Amino acid sequence: MIEVHDLTKRYGDKTAVDGLSFHVKPGIVTGFLGPNGSGKSTTMRMILGLDRPTSGTATVNGRPYAEHPDPMFQAGALLDAKAVHTGRTAYHHLLALAATTGVPKSRVHEVIDIVGLHEVARKRVGGFSLGMGQRLGIASALLGDPEVVILDEPTNGLDPEGVLWIRNLMRGLAEQGRTVFVSSHLMSEMALTAEHLIVIGKGRLIADVSVSGFIESASNESVRVRSPHANALHDLLAGPGTTVLSIDRGLFEVTGLSAEEIGDRAAGAGIPVHELTVIRPSLEEAFMELTKDAVEYQSTEIGASR
Amino acid sequence: MTTAIAALPRKRVSLPRVVKSEWIKFWSLRSTYITLGIAALLLIGFGLLASSLYGDGSDPGGPPGNEPTDPIGASFTGTNFALLAFGALGVLFTAGEYSTGMIRSSMAAVPKRLPVLWAKVAVFATVVFVVALAASAVVFTAGQALIGDGGASWSDPGVARAVVGTAGLLTGSGLLGLGLGALLRSTPGAITTLFGVMFLLAMVAALLVPESWSDVVQYLPSEAGDAFTAVTQADDSLSPMAGLAVFGGYIAATLGAAAWRIKRSDV
Repeated sequence: MIEVHDLTKRYGDKTAVDGLSFHVKPGIVTGFLGPNGSGKSTTMRMILGLDRPTSGTATVNGRPYAEHPDPMFQAGALLDAKAVHTGRTAYHHLLALAATTGVPKSRVHEVIDIVGLHEVARKRVGGFSLGMGQRLGIASALLGDPEVVILDEPTNGLDPEGVLWIRNLMRGLAEQGRTVFVSSHLMSEMALTAEHLIVIGKGRLIADVSVSGFIESASNESVRVRSPHANALHDLLAGPGTTVLSIDRGLFEVTGLSAEEIGDRAAGAGIPVHELTVIRPSLEEAFMELTKDAVEYQSTEIGASR
Repeated sequence: MTTAIAALPRKRVSLPRVVKSEWIKFWSLRSTYITLGIAALLLIGFGLLASSLYGDGSDPGGPPGNEPTDPIGASFTGTNFALLAFGALGVLFTAGEYSTGMIRSSMAAVPKRLPVLWAKVAVFATVVFVVALAASAVVFTAGQALIGDGGASWSDPGVARAVVGTAGLLTGSGLLGLGLGALLRSTPGAITTLFGVMFLLAMVAALLVPESWSDVVQYLPSEAGDAFTAVTQADDSLSPMAGLAVFGGYIAATLGAAAWRIKRSDV
């Protein structure tokens, strides 16, 4: 369980995290979404006590992370794959971290096997690929078999097989009743893994919803209707709260009515309908729509500023 | 997957455990062995070289500044070189964690933070003192043997203090480097500062400080260090105990400042 209350972090006059409050519940994977620079990493660092909040609190299992006598058993984190001394081997890196809280050597070997780094465990980390670095970071997060697992963009640099592995790992951890909090800037990735979403932009909370709720609320569903008597059907459907957009001869898109309603009305009036398709914008489009006002680094089209 | 794991015994973070962790960190880097080796080699190599060139009094030849008045000093010619190497090792032990990003893993494992610094001090001081003491003993014994008749022996007054004092000075300089590395979080910055404090400061002071202020010079780190390693006391020098206290004061102040920054700043 992670509880964040009114968390704020300012660097000089720049506010990275702005009055953020949310809970992350155990037993499910919670996605932490936001565009680049929206404050996801800063928030995670404050949860782990690496950054001091300007105001507000963040607790892990009821207490600030730093106040637990056995922090590594409470929460494990992958914050970035580069939090490793490049001159040390993966094995010694994990062994040193494990030693701080009496985690046995056998557990070090176990996590090395879990993340599949057995072959390279005795090699120096400096020569690791980004994907191997991520796996090492995940190994260190799992060392204390923690109740809370925090992963900052864990799929960065992983190949498709690695991405699939991470997904299964996260689901497995959640099924064991752990709290899994994972950040990403890819909505599509989260839709496949997470059950709940916390969306932030410019350090502020934009949404705290279930994934299905997000998909419903964010997407303006429309229905594509094809009919040989388009004009008659058009008149039948038009009304307040409904927009009908002609696309082609005999083809139009309706927003504001469900496919069932359209079909029933057409049947009632005896108008044949050849196609009735529900159209949802992609999750990525929905996400971009939701966060468009909160994008830190907005790209402009080339030439547009002239 | 992780379901197979038998419940892990939940142990607390404690200072002895963090010391063990730092011990593993210290000995799992190639740079540790290289720098320790170089430091010992500098101390022994230069000491033996100076001792072999040390005149026996009948032969006035030999390099200037190496007149046959201080056979013990000749053995410890390499002190200043070794001092820099041990200092660099101290800097690497802390600043190296910041430059690589390791510090975030370290501080996430030990979120109270300060035990990491104290454990580093304990591991570093122990290892470096043992290595420096062994190297000092070797270079003194071998150096005096090379000098032969004019040489000093272990039973001479002040010799044991010079040998142990040199090991203490080298350890202390290393700790100064360790503290500067944690304070400045930059390897080049900390090494440059250490060099400036241990060498340039005394030179600058000799040039710029007016005669009436010359009392101040003896309180500089390098001068205080000389005070407790030299066998024969210079007139304008602190007593060995006072020198040790002043030098220890600098180390304590640097480590204190480092602790303050570690505790307060974001990682």
